[in-house]
Amino acid sequence: MCGIAGSLHLDGASASQELLDQMIGAIRYRGPDDVGVYSHGPVGLAHARLSIIDLAGGHQPMSIAKGTLWITFNGEIFNYIELREDLIKKGHRFTSSSDTEVLLHLYQEEGERCVDRLNGQWAFAIWDLAKRKLFLSRDRFGVRPLYYTQTADSFLFASEIKALLACPEVGSAMDLAALDQIFTFWVIVPPRTAFRGIKQLPPGHSLVIQDNCITVKPYWKFDLTPQNQDGTASERRLAEELLTLLRDATEIRLRSDVPVGAYLSGGIDSTVITALAGKSVGDRLRTFSVGFEDSEFDESPYQREASAFLGTSHSHIRCCHLDIARVFSDVIWHTEQPVVRTAAAPLYLLSKLVHESGIKVVLSGEGADEMLGGYDIFKETKIRQFWGRQPESSWRPLLLKRLYPYMVNIQRQSLGYLKHFFHVTEQDLGSPFFSHLPRWGLTAKSKLFFSEATRAELASYNGIDDLRQELPEQYSSWPPFSRAEFLEASFLLPGYILSSQGDRMAMAHAVEGRYPFLDHRVVEFATKLPINLKMKVLDQKHLLKQAVKGLIPESIRTRHKQPYRAPDGKSFFNHKGSYVEDTLSPTRIKQDGIFDPRATGALLQKFRSGRETGVKDNMALIGILSTTLLIDRFVRERGRPNAPQFTTKVGLH
Amino acid sequence: MLQKIRAFVIENYLFGEEGKLGNDDSFLETGIIDSTGVLELVRFLEATFAIKVSDEELIPDNLDSINKIVAFLHAKLPPQQPR
Repeated sequence: MCGIAGSLHLDGASASQELLDQMIGAIRYRGPDDVGVYSHGPVGLAHARLSIIDLAGGHQPMSIAKGTLWITFNGEIFNYIELREDLIKKGHRFTSSSDTEVLLHLYQEEGERCVDRLNGQWAFAIWDLAKRKLFLSRDRFGVRPLYYTQTADSFLFASEIKALLACPEVGSAMDLAALDQIFTFWVIVPPRTAFRGIKQLPPGHSLVIQDNCITVKPYWKFDLTPQNQDGTASERRLAEELLTLLRDATEIRLRSDVPVGAYLSGGIDSTVITALAGKSVGDRLRTFSVGFEDSEFDESPYQREASAFLGTSHSHIRCCHLDIARVFSDVIWHTEQPVVRTAAAPLYLLSKLVHESGIKVVLSGEGADEMLGGYDIFKETKIRQFWGRQPESSWRPLLLKRLYPYMVNIQRQSLGYLKHFFHVTEQDLGSPFFSHLPRWGLTAKSKLFFSEATRAELASYNGIDDLRQELPEQYSSWPPFSRAEFLEASFLLPGYILSSQGDRMAMAHAVEGRYPFLDHRVVEFATKLPINLKMKVLDQKHLLKQAVKGLIPESIRTRHKQPYRAPDGKSFFNHKGSYVEDTLSPTRIKQDGIFDPRATGALLQKFRSGRETGVKDNMALIGILSTTLLIDRFVRERGRPNAPQFTTKVGLH
Repeated sequence: MLQKIRAFVIENYLFGEEGKLGNDDSFLETGIIDSTGVLELVRFLEATFAIKVSDEELIPDNLDSINKIVAFLHAKLPPQQPR
C-alpha cells in the first residue's frame, strides 16, 4: 500500500518538484520503502511506496508507451494476473510483474472504462500525455482515499489531506457544515471534508481534467432494487454460492510477495476470512487482535477460541483506558476528521503491533455487516416498520426488547420508554431516512454544545438536504431495509469504518488492509439476495451463518452480533494528568469559537464527577475533543514538517 | 422539590442551558433525555427523595416532565414526609 500525490498546473506553468517532495513527504509513513517523483511540464506525480507486489520492479511513478502514460497508484488490483494474461493475448508487452503496469496497459487498451474490469481497492492518477488528460479514480467502496483541491493556478490531489496542506496556498479552515454532519450522521457526506475547499472523490467515481475542465462522474453504483424476493430461490444453493465467492475473494487477496496476516475480532466475519485464508496459506497464518481491560468491550475469549480452532499463530494486545487517551491526538492527526467514538484508537495500536511483527498486509472482515444484514440498525428498521403497520398493537413494540442486547441501558428500559426511543410516527414512515431517524436524532442532540456563532452560521444549513442529493434515483422505490443498507454502505462504511477506523489507522503504521467481503462480486451478489435470507425474521447474517457451518467454531457462528466498540469518555477521566482538561479548557474552547464554553464545562464536570453518562454525552464529548484536537494539529500547529513519530509503547501478550 | 428536580435536569441534560425548558415540557419530545438519562433520573430521585422506583413505575407518564415527576413524587411519598 502506498501514498500518492500530484499536481497539475492549469495555467501551463511547470510543476514544482519542491512542492511534490513536500506533499509526498507529509504522508511518507504510508510508504516507507521507496519514494518517487515524476514531473513533466504542467504535471507532477509523486509516490511513497510500501512494497508488496513485485518488490524489485514496482517502482512508481511508472510509465509505459515511451513515457506517454504515467501513473501513481495506491492500492491493489487483485485480478491483475488474469487481466495481464488477457492483455498479453491482445499484444501488450510487460517489463515487470506488478499490478501497476497492468493497470497502465488496461487504461491504454480500454481508456477510462478500464475501472469496470478491476477487482481491487485503489486510488490512482494516470497522466495521458497525448490527450493531455489527467484521470483519477477511486475504488467502488472507498477502501482507498483520494482528496483534491484547487489553488489559483493548480489542481492538487493526494491520499491524505495533510499532503494537500503541504501547499501553503491551501487553507485549513474547518468546514462547519461538515461538523454539523458528523454531529448528526457520524460521517461527512462526500465530496465534502472537514476542511473548507478540500474535497474527496466519492467512492465509485472517476475524475477527469482535460482542457482545464474538471469532470467528476460515477462509474459504479449500488443497485438494491428488490430481486428474487418471492422465496423461490434455494437457501442452500445461495449459501453455497456465497461461500464459493468468498473463498475466491479471499484467495485472490492473498496475492502478495510478502506474508499476509489477518485481524481476528472474535466475530463471525473475521473468523470466516481467517478460516478461508488459513486453508490457502502454507505456513500457520499470523493473526492479530485487540482486547480491552474493560470487560464491557472485551472479546478476547472469542478471539482466542477462533485462533485455537483455526490453528493460527496469534498475537494480541490488551488496551486500557489510558492507552486510548494517550494515542488519541495522534489518531486524530490520522483520521483528519472529527469522530464521535474512540474506536479508532485501539486499531491504531493494533496496526503498530502488526508492523512490529514484520507483517505489511492483513485481511479483515469489514463489509459483511453492511451487505449481509449484520447491523442492529437493520433489525431496528424491520421491527419499527412491522410495528408501524399497526401502531396501536400492544405486542408488536415488545419486539423492541430484542434490540441491542449488548447495551445495558436499552435493556433496562420499560416498554413505554423504548416506544419513544425507537419512535414510529406517520411522518417517520414517509421519510426516505426512516431507518436512521432515531440514530440521527439522538446524535444531533450533541449540537446543543455548538456556540452561538456556530449555530448562527449553520442556521440555514440542513445536512439532510446534502444527503438527499446523493441518493440514487431508484432509492425511493427500495424497501426501508435496503435503504438502510444503502445508507450504511454508501456513507458510514467509506466515511468512517474504512477510513477513520480502516485505511488511516492501518497506514499510520504502514499496514495494508484487504477486505474479501468487499470484493465487488460478493457485494453485487449480496445486493441481489432476498432480504429475508440476509436477515431471516430477526436472525442477523442468516445466509452467511448457514454458509459457514463447520468452518468456524459454533460458539462464534451462533453468537449475537456485538459491534466493535471501545470505551469512550471514561478513557479520559479514569486517570490523573489527563490532557483533556487543558485541551477543553474554557479559554481554548472560547478561542476556537466552535463550541459553547459553559455547556462544555458542564459536560466535563459530569464526566469528572463520575456520574452516569449516556451515549449522547459520550458522543458529544468525543466529538468536541476530536474537533479541538483536529484544530490543534491542523490549524494551530500547521507547518509541522513531519507526522508524529511512533512513541506509544504497546505490550505484547 | 420542583426546584431540586429542575436544577438536576438543567445541569445533567441541558448542561446549564436552561432558557427554554418549561415545567410541562416533555423530556422525550424535546429530546433532552436518552436511555441512560432515564436511569440517571431514577437514580437521582431514589437518592434525593429516599424512594424506590419500581419497574412498573418507570414509564413516561410518571417521569416525562418536571411537573409529572413532582406529581409522581407527591403520590408516592407518605403524607407525613416533609415536602
